[in-house]
Amino acid sequence: MKIQKPAKAGTMESNDIYIMVQPNDEGGVILNLESIVMTQFGNQIKTVIMETLKELGVEDAVVTAKDRGALDYTIRARIETAVKRGM
Amino acid sequence: MKNILGREIPEFVEGYGKVKPFGGAFNNLGEVTKKEVRVKSAVPGETKVLSTIREAIEKCNLKDGATISFHHHLRNGDYVLNMVLEEVAKMGLKDIKVAASSIFPVHAPMVELMKSGVITGVYANYMSGPVAEAISKGLLKNPAVMHTHGGRARAIESGDLHIDVAFIAAPTADTYGNINGVEGKAACGTLGYAIPDAMYADRVVAVTDNLVPYPACPIDIQQEYVDYVVAVESIGDPKGIVSGTTRITKDPVGLKIAKMTSQVIEASGLLKDGFSFQTGAGGTSLAVAAYVKELMKKKGIQGSFAAGGVTGYIVEMFEEGLFRSIFDVQCFDLKAIESYKNNKAHQGMSASMYGNPHNRGAVVNNLDVMILGATEIDVDFNVNVTTGSNGVIMGGSGGHSDTAAGAKLAIIVTQLVKGRLPIVVDKCTTVTTPGESIDVIVTERGIAVNPRRTDLIEKLKTTNLPVMTIEELKKIAEDMTGKPEKIQLDDEIVAIVEYRDGTVIDVVKKVK
Repeated sequence: MKIQKPAKAGTMESNDIYIMVQPNDEGGVILNLESIVMTQFGNQIKTVIMETLKELGVEDAVVTAKDRGALDYTIRARIETAVKRGM
Repeated sequence: MKNILGREIPEFVEGYGKVKPFGGAFNNLGEVTKKEVRVKSAVPGETKVLSTIREAIEKCNLKDGATISFHHHLRNGDYVLNMVLEEVAKMGLKDIKVAASSIFPVHAPMVELMKSGVITGVYANYMSGPVAEAISKGLLKNPAVMHTHGGRARAIESGDLHIDVAFIAAPTADTYGNINGVEGKAACGTLGYAIPDAMYADRVVAVTDNLVPYPACPIDIQQEYVDYVVAVESIGDPKGIVSGTTRITKDPVGLKIAKMTSQVIEASGLLKDGFSFQTGAGGTSLAVAAYVKELMKKKGIQGSFAAGGVTGYIVEMFEEGLFRSIFDVQCFDLKAIESYKNNKAHQGMSASMYGNPHNRGAVVNNLDVMILGATEIDVDFNVNVTTGSNGVIMGGSGGHSDTAAGAKLAIIVTQLVKGRLPIVVDKCTTVTTPGESIDVIVTERGIAVNPRRTDLIEKLKTTNLPVMTIEELKKIAEDMTGKPEKIQLDDEIVAIVEYRDGTVIDVVKKVK
């Protein structure tokens, strides 16, 4: 799946995550993550985002994620929505 | 060494001294001696009114290394602490210890003074904002000492915390040092936390923006304790002092927790005539009060007293006759101030009367039910309200440990998960209140009772409340969030958490 245009999903509300995806002509996935639980869950959030992108077949993208304590299913849903909006 | 809770603490901490390890909530009672107080007697005809804070500092002969104290009834609207410290810094004083009953974001200027060595020590029962963050980063020379509200009163009375000069923010003061908190543009109600300072400091300065002719009745702090009075333009911003109204939560999760909590209280058998109750000002705590109110009305119960930091909601219950009286150490809103001012059964209390374990009996000892919060609670029911899960200081006991120790039923009310962080954990980052004082935790997903309370477990079996073990509660939380990675902290100790009896329940390490 190829990201054609910038797209976003999610909010900056507590327990949500704000996702923005953009095309990456250079190739590969660049992830910029901010999280209020970075020390405790930073690695887990990165893994979930990368896995979800892979499942969706996204190989090239710049992903900006601003996490406010979202659970994994929220993260997956927001990524999927942003990606589909950006197709 | 390890204290009785298994917390690793050194025997000696540089800048604090020898550590007395925590040995149980009631391990340290018995006969105590209070300190001697130095008093400079007043000569008839002498004036107490001085024109500036600087003059007061000079008259009090404040020296390098001294301890000065402040009370926190003006909360995040307080100007007095910053005003005094600014003057202290201008005078070139160094190595000052600040004993403020609580520190708020408004006190941010302290950070620069910590860096420059003007302030080298801090004592507080609660701290949030830039000062707390700076202490967590190791910017204060000596470890901060975190007291409880009752423990601070104990430390002052025993001499463990000697105050050279107490600066008392006075909403109203007269020319001979009588202070009241109910009049003036910075009215804040009772001045309970300032009373031990006034009684035991070497010198006491009232700082007021409402200097009135003698006498300033009604009197909260009497002239016999006050050396000097200084009038200033303003002691605080009313917007930061009181909230206009305190509101019950509308959040359905908070309401569910509150309703279940009221059912636990009902099942406990404590809800009968003479019932006594304390709750905080948070939305969920107030919602508990709302459900308890319904139950009391339905059953026709009149309680003996409600206590605490008092909100308008508690005042309404009192005015409706649900409680015969209020014990008030701190007014949270305008309605509480009005009631404290006008109603004799709305009784002020000092920090010592509220929670000091080493007096002839504190109000907390007569509490039936106490509603408390938690940042973390571990499987031994130990509670952290001092540091966030990232290890940074963001609070402190306040009255948490005092009320939990005294109340027959101390209930923690909290969401099971906050911003992805599970609240029930294997080990708290910091222990504020020992598990032996906590009886039950109520979350939206389930209720866990301290195994020591077999009687309560039996009583709750007769209800259809979702009672489970705390380990089960922890598993539900971790199934939702995943297991958090352990935070890495430095070895340096930045704060000592003293239990109410002056023993050390835990230490706070510097954040990396």
